[in-house]
Amino acid sequence: MEKNISFKLKVWRQRGPKEKGQFKVYEMKEIPTDTSFLEMLDILNEQLINAGEEPVVFDHDCREGICGMCSLYINGHPHGPATGATTCQLYMRRFKDGETITVEPWRSAGFPVIRDLMVDRRAYDKIMQAGGYVSINTGGVPDANAIPISKEKADLAMDAASCIGCGACVAACKNGSAMLFVSAKVSQLALLPQGQVEAARRAKAMLSKMDELGFGNCTNTRACEAECPKCISISNIARLNREFIAAKLSD
Amino acid sequence: MWLIDSSIGRKVVMSVTGAALILFLTFHMTMNCVALISGDAYNVICEFLGANWYAQVGTYGLAILMALHFVYAFILTIQNRRARGSERYAVTERPKSVEWASQNMLVLGIIVLVCLLLHLANFWSKMQLQELIHGTNFVPGQNGPTDGAFLIKYTFSQWYYVIIYTIWLAALWFHLSHGFWSMFQTVGWSGTKWQRRWQVIGIIYVTLLVLGFLSVVYLYFFKSLC
Repeated sequence: MEKNISFKLKVWRQRGPKEKGQFKVYEMKEIPTDTSFLEMLDILNEQLINAGEEPVVFDHDCREGICGMCSLYINGHPHGPATGATTCQLYMRRFKDGETITVEPWRSAGFPVIRDLMVDRRAYDKIMQAGGYVSINTGGVPDANAIPISKEKADLAMDAASCIGCGACVAACKNGSAMLFVSAKVSQLALLPQGQVEAARRAKAMLSKMDELGFGNCTNTRACEAECPKCISISNIARLNREFIAAKLSD
Repeated sequence: MWLIDSSIGRKVVMSVTGAALILFLTFHMTMNCVALISGDAYNVICEFLGANWYAQVGTYGLAILMALHFVYAFILTIQNRRARGSERYAVTERPKSVEWASQNMLVLGIIVLVCLLLHLANFWSKMQLQELIHGTNFVPGQNGPTDGAFLIKYTFSQWYYVIIYTIWLAALWFHLSHGFWSMFQTVGWSGTKWQRRWQVIGIIYVTLLVLGFLSVVYLYFFKSLC
């Protein structure tokens, strides 16, 4: 049932990476509950522009939950109160009339704020560049069924590959650890024969890049798993631990 | 050295030292349960351990394990706070599947450690320490350094020790309720099925462990009232 709600929006405003930020409260009036959260921010920005103020800067792209570009820490949850969904898949019907909605950027040393709600997530690209790929000698196209892979393994690899790299795991983690992301990116390859060739090198390179970029140590609180919009399991972290320890022991 | 300069390596140290400490607690609890049946039998164990070389090796080993577990806990906490960045969230909410204990391991650990120091003052300083330094600083009525049964009776006849030990063991329960499955997760011996199994096994194991310790405290407390 569609209805209109009015609420206070408490938004983090910060002009630049080095500048001090603070919350600003905006009154939102008569917003239809069928509006998506990002559309609601678009409405806010239109109001701000019409009033001659600076619009709120936030990341978004596909708006269908697959690109990993949207972020936002809404009312104490990365990607808001919905589970298994990104911010762009969040609708205003999740909120109550008269509520105060607090919107913050991801807060982590690994993801510095660029402006307002937009953070720099290039650290994830650097981790991928450190080893999140398979080196294959190009040549003739191999036959599709030449390498048999069990359904179970293929499913697990696909589950891990559903990670969109949005950074919600880091945002949710009290330790600012990127282990869920790194473990998903290691697992999606380590589970398949094509990825096993470089498995040891990959686990070591990606983990040391993660540590180097200032992400924290995983203490198994499981907050990442609970907040992940793609429901990536921490069993991937156990697999990464296994891969890494085995790689170090065989050095 | 990967046990120092990689995040997984540091966690492996926490996991392995934690596992060793749980094994020690298991041994300690089993030994205590003898005191439920007979004080004399308990003293036989105290004599068997005393300050003999194997008991000394065990004590030094435990001290090293505790120190490692504690120092790493601080290093990890400092690094993790730094990784969180300088600004804190204004609003946070703990998801249902996140245990309270898992986010408060350091505080719980500090409670366990402080109470441990008290416990060492209550028992160890009157027993093995006296034997090592050939001292005679006993509690009045204590019959030599291996009279552990008397110290149990003496300590738990005082109600405030009963309260402190209960708080201590409760903190230990919370600490281990997360620590138990977490140590298997850290060394990679876990998965979608085993994560839940370890969690259940852990709760049962830790509950039995803490109940074993508590039973001695309360048996001797109620005995002292009669």
